[in-house]
Amino acid sequence: MSGVRVLVGTRKGAFILTADGRRSRWDVSGPHFAGWEIYHLKGSRVDPNRLYASQTSGWFGQVIQRSSDGGKTWEAPGGGVTMEPGQGPKGESNKFVYDVSPQTGKPLTTHQWYDGTQHPWEFKRVWHLEPSLTDPDTVYAGVEDAGLFRSSDGGKTWQELAGLRGHGTGPKWQPGAGGMCLHTILLDPSNPKRIYIAISAAGAFRSDDGGKTWRPINRGLHSQYIPDPAAEVGHCVHRLALHPSRPNVLFMQKHWDVMRSDDGGDSWREVSGNLPSDFGFVIDVHAHEPETVYVVPIKSDGEHYPPEGKLRVYRSRRGGNEWEALSKGLPQRDCYVNVLRDAMCVDTLDPCGVYFGTTGGQVYASADAGDSWAPIVRDLPAVLSVEVQSLP
Amino acid sequence: MIRVVLPPHLRTLARVAGGEVTLDVPGEVLTRAAVLDALETRYPMLRGTIRDHVTAQRRPFLRFFACARDLTHEAADAPLPDAVASGAEPFLVVGAIAGG
Repeated sequence: MSGVRVLVGTRKGAFILTADGRRSRWDVSGPHFAGWEIYHLKGSRVDPNRLYASQTSGWFGQVIQRSSDGGKTWEAPGGGVTMEPGQGPKGESNKFVYDVSPQTGKPLTTHQWYDGTQHPWEFKRVWHLEPSLTDPDTVYAGVEDAGLFRSSDGGKTWQELAGLRGHGTGPKWQPGAGGMCLHTILLDPSNPKRIYIAISAAGAFRSDDGGKTWRPINRGLHSQYIPDPAAEVGHCVHRLALHPSRPNVLFMQKHWDVMRSDDGGDSWREVSGNLPSDFGFVIDVHAHEPETVYVVPIKSDGEHYPPEGKLRVYRSRRGGNEWEALSKGLPQRDCYVNVLRDAMCVDTLDPCGVYFGTTGGQVYASADAGDSWAPIVRDLPAVLSVEVQSLP
Repeated sequence: MIRVVLPPHLRTLARVAGGEVTLDVPGEVLTRAAVLDALETRYPMLRGTIRDHVTAQRRPFLRFFACARDLTHEAADAPLPDAVASGAEPFLVVGAIAGG
């Protein structure tokens, strides 16, 4: 019987939640990497037992972890203990070094700092790991300060795709309140050369040559918090989503506004419609219905909790504009949690399962496309990310 | 052999059983740089967690103690105390007591 494996990253470790296809009885394993911040875990589509995890700490920095058995055991791909000096692995799986100019050896570019001056890029952590759709040893990492790295050797070494910072707008990028992070990576399943990414607070970008060159795709976005509300870059995009069968259609939860593009990001239009608030972080698309979209409205940028203290997922079956509240099984009073940008996902079973995690430590699951919800776990540390694997 | 005490999270990461690591450190004079080089050679997964991969600068929330002294701001190539070199006293890598 088919099943699902939900990968949960939290402020104090990772948890793996498994169930059969009914998705009603759950086994919980963890904490893995107890005490560390786990920004994100994700599995390979071509080898579901290959998982990658981003483990970070204010004390010890970034660690990349890899599993080849579905999360039962983990290893730092940089290598294990060695007793032979000079013979062992080089321990580079944690090494994220930005490219420098080949001519001068100096940083490729600088970005805008809080005081208006230019500031060099400084690596802080990996926010998001996106395994290749075709090769389990290839994985992309979205990092803070915003950059995109790729490993082609299962996470042992990382190389920057520096064309993203080098295309000209880098000096205009600036950190949002959560840092200047590259948090979204979407690989186009129909076109291996096309990659979408999003950065807070710079906006969305697209590559059509496998990550070598990039251009901003923010036309139609309107953000009151930047001097030119329709600027080419500077928008605080929180999340992008697409349906694999129709990768030219993108959905975006921006700082404020839910947006839609029907041309691969060349232009955007607002589809917030009747949402009680169009501020939020997550957005995702139903696995079998490309026009069915989910968001979790948050009251405002100054009040990061659901409107009226009611935790509600909103679903549009028309690709936006017309939204219905989904509240069955979710707390409808005194709820003041947040749902962070990487903390919603869908499985590919039928009916489609939808999952999200909260800063209050709950992970909710719906096995009926959002009609009803139940908590899988209630008392985890604050949830940073939720991914799900549909298993044969 | 010299003795090194790591913070608990790094012991877990390096899969070290017990409280101490013992290392054979080459060279006439024992220095902090030599200790950390030997430590990272034995445990490659610790590279980058104590000092930066490229600059070899200490990560800000870590300190180095030995013989009841804070050696954090000593030069990386300064000699460590004889008691550390002889293995009588451990070299301690300590995480700042802070955080949530």
